[in-house]
Amino acid sequence: MSRTVGWLLLAALAAAPPLALAAGQPFYVDILTRLVCLAAAATSLNLILGHGGMISFGHAAYIGIGAYAVGIPAYYEIYDGWLHLLLAVACSALFALATGAVALRTRGVYFIMITMAFAQMVFFAVVSIEEYGGDDGLVIDIRSEFPLVDLEDSLTLYYACFAVLLGTLYLVHRLVRSRFGMVIEGARGNERRMAALGFAFYRHRLAAYTLAGALCGLSGAMLGNFTNFISPEMMDWTRSGELIFMVVLGGTGALFGPLMGAAVFLLLEELLSGWTIYWQLPFGLLLILVVLFARGGLAGLLEGRRG
Amino acid sequence: MADEPLLRVEDLQKSFGGVTAVDGVSMEVYPGEVHAVIGPNGAGKTTLISLLAGELRPDRGRILFGARDIARRPAHARAKLGFARSFQITSVVPGMRVLDNVMLAVLARDARSFGFWRPARNDPALIRPAVAALERVGLAEVAEERAGAVSHGEHRQLEIAMTLAAEPELLLLDEPMAGMSAEESRRMTGILEDLKGEKTMLLVEHDMDVVFALADRISVLVGGRIAASGAPEAVRADEAVRRAYLGDEAA
Ligand SMILES: Nc1ncnc2c1ncn2[C@@H]1O[C@H](COP(=O)(O)OP(=O)(O)OP(=O)(O)O)[C@@H](O)[C@H]1O
Ligand SMILES: [Mg+2]
Repeated sequence: MSRTVGWLLLAALAAAPPLALAAGQPFYVDILTRLVCLAAAATSLNLILGHGGMISFGHAAYIGIGAYAVGIPAYYEIYDGWLHLLLAVACSALFALATGAVALRTRGVYFIMITMAFAQMVFFAVVSIEEYGGDDGLVIDIRSEFPLVDLEDSLTLYYACFAVLLGTLYLVHRLVRSRFGMVIEGARGNERRMAALGFAFYRHRLAAYTLAGALCGLSGAMLGNFTNFISPEMMDWTRSGELIFMVVLGGTGALFGPLMGAAVFLLLEELLSGWTIYWQLPFGLLLILVVLFARGGLAGLLEGRRG
Repeated sequence: MADEPLLRVEDLQKSFGGVTAVDGVSMEVYPGEVHAVIGPNGAGKTTLISLLAGELRPDRGRILFGARDIARRPAHARAKLGFARSFQITSVVPGMRVLDNVMLAVLARDARSFGFWRPARNDPALIRPAVAALERVGLAEVAEERAGAVSHGEHRQLEIAMTLAAEPELLLLDEPMAGMSAEESRRMTGILEDLKGEKTMLLVEHDMDVVFALADRISVLVGGRIAASGAPEAVRADEAVRRAYLGDEAA
């Protein structure tokens, strides 16, 4: 059931933007572009959080790294899109590898705190670099340039982001069903038994952590292109919290969970922020309800599970 | 008995704070034998198993596997050498299927755990040995159930299926019958009898009938020390053992 809803959601996302343009509502294309990028980021987080049980509170750092991998070259008038993407993925992977190697030696709340601390380090590093705008951020005057596709066109940009979402979903789908995926799932469920069986699962976790970071870097690059603007705010710790929120709201175990979570998150944000400046309050209540009564999130509810 | 021991333990010691749980234990396990360790509650049997399996590091002493001292190697490295342990208190991955749990044991032995792409759950190279292990312990019918949802007796059988699927050289079994019904316990004894001769086993067990039925050699652990060790008949006859542990039960 959650699969069906997931596919329907993807079909809607594939069809909606041209309709919005035809209806004279380009604003909706913007919302959907943002949704698609954040859904891809949340899906990458779900690889480690949902499937691996690694509660990273610093995942937004990779959105930032990916976005700056577009913004900084653009600042030097280097617009080659492939180079941007390569930088985004490589820098994210390296940062994940280096910080994960340390963080994965800890457990529970220490892991949460240390991943957050590493992300804050990037945040403050970027704030302190005046050259790239510091606190104020940096405007990207020209988007990443690719042969044949022109990201300055909002519809093209949207479908490029959508392709990144599809790729991320497919990759995570393959990974969690593979041998590697079985090992990280087993280690989430029972470390002691996995060690007794002979798994040195630290390495599997580090690989998963690195892959998740690299994937998120990619969605960050797309998000940077979309906003035409990068700032440290993109990797603020509250952003990491929002990604966790999307994953938990949508359902940690399910492939389409983060996508559903991101969709509901952005929908509520749009509706509630129009109403009241205290729009984050209902979010908190919603999260409490999900955690108390629907551990499997929206996807779990669709499966008739309550977790 | 074969000439060279498979496992030789020398002067092993482990304390928890003030409690010396294992206190200078030396023993040998020979290839193909069933070496039972018996002893009263709190004697240090589980601690001994955990030291051998690598979950705990000894404060002192050596564990020789072949010619190598492995006392400081981590648990996963020992599993790779051919150790497989079962837990006194069932320890499985509750959220995965019974079959998945056993497939993980197969995968651990298989060594190609870094496959990123091909689906694992329909891989015959994992399923076939896993199903064989489940059939051997009589669990094939619940293969598709969530491991957390099966009965206590089935959990115990799953423990054994996982240790078997790893195709170990040395089985470290910590009270495989703990909490089983008489019927389940009989069945498990049959499984272990089946394995006898095929696998080397270090068996911790409370049930004396099982121990005397299976063991080639018995060591009695009392207060962390080996109080007696030898053939079942000799141990049964040992006065000190009768007083310290067996009591009237063996009379
Ligand atoms: N992790 C631990 N921390 C502190 N003390 C421990 C720990 N593990 C075991 N002990 C103590 O060490 C002693 C030996 O315990 P152990 O579990 O090895 O005994 P056992 O022979 O397996 O007992 P049983 O027959 O009840 O399973 C006990 O006094 C126990 O309280
Ligand atoms: Mg014990």
